[in-house]
Amino acid sequence: MSDTLTIGGRELTSRLFIGSGKYSSNTLIPAVMEASGAQVITVAVRRVDPEAGQENILAHVPKSAILMPNTSGARTAQEAVRIARLARAAGCGDWVKIEVINDNRYLLPDNFETVKATEILAAEGFTVLCYMSPDLAAGRRMVEAGAAAVMPLGAPIGTNRGLKTREMVRIMIEELDVPIVVDAGIGRPSEACEAMEMGAAAVLVNTAVASAADPVGMARAFGRAVAAGREAWLAGPGAVSELARASSPLTGFLGGISGE
Amino acid sequence: MRLVINGKESTLEPGQTVAGWLAARGLDPQAVIVEINEAIVPRELWPDTALKEGDRVEVVSFVGGG
Repeated sequence: MSDTLTIGGRELTSRLFIGSGKYSSNTLIPAVMEASGAQVITVAVRRVDPEAGQENILAHVPKSAILMPNTSGARTAQEAVRIARLARAAGCGDWVKIEVINDNRYLLPDNFETVKATEILAAEGFTVLCYMSPDLAAGRRMVEAGAAAVMPLGAPIGTNRGLKTREMVRIMIEELDVPIVVDAGIGRPSEACEAMEMGAAAVLVNTAVASAADPVGMARAFGRAVAAGREAWLAGPGAVSELARASSPLTGFLGGISGE
Repeated sequence: MRLVINGKESTLEPGQTVAGWLAARGLDPQAVIVEINEAIVPRELWPDTALKEGDRVEVVSFVGGG
């Protein structure tokens, strides 16, 4: 049985998305992609500084990977739209992760501006994935605006704190008809696995891998955890019970008195 | 002539093209994207696009990000 995730007409066999930021060296990226099995990688758009010398991150991204530029740096819908159009002009596809942030302390996304940007970019043919603060009503607006996937955060960006928003994410998975990708805050493979066991369509990690002592080893662990969580979801976890339920029959014990 | 490139006031000799500006700075044309006065300039037009007095130019590229 094949279990694939289709977003924007692309069929994915891996449900782990990888972020390309914060590695001690970008030369780690090919090995991280290989070890994790990820097929989608995020990048950001920034001004070139000719004096600083330019490193082309695309040189380190496997050619087969789907590039998902983000709109980080955008504080409004209009800025996000501008960044998305620039990213598409690079000729690396039409995926975009809308990220609109105007909160400097917790870097929480602005769902309202994100909906507005989604409307514009989806109409222009972008495959739009919305990074967002978990909220069902906002998620519905994003879907109506044309989002291909909705990506609620597990915890603030870069914190490695885990799936703090569990209940809101669970409700969104249950209620929305687009893939839910848990993005941001996931720090451990067990947390990625838990998101997948809950029915998330995919998980996006960056800091958890990039900040590990061995990023390639951690990427492999995340790949396995995400696959395991998915298998568990498909297998249908059993019911939870307050009281103990014995695993063996409660009859036929040795030394008991049987019969009349 | 004076123009603003990536937010910085710059002075250039008149007649310089986008392709020429990039080449003079050793920038790989395949790795950058160029916007002039908030309009994206397609790569194939760079050899024929002259920078002009007062232009606001953005030259961007992909970097690491999550």
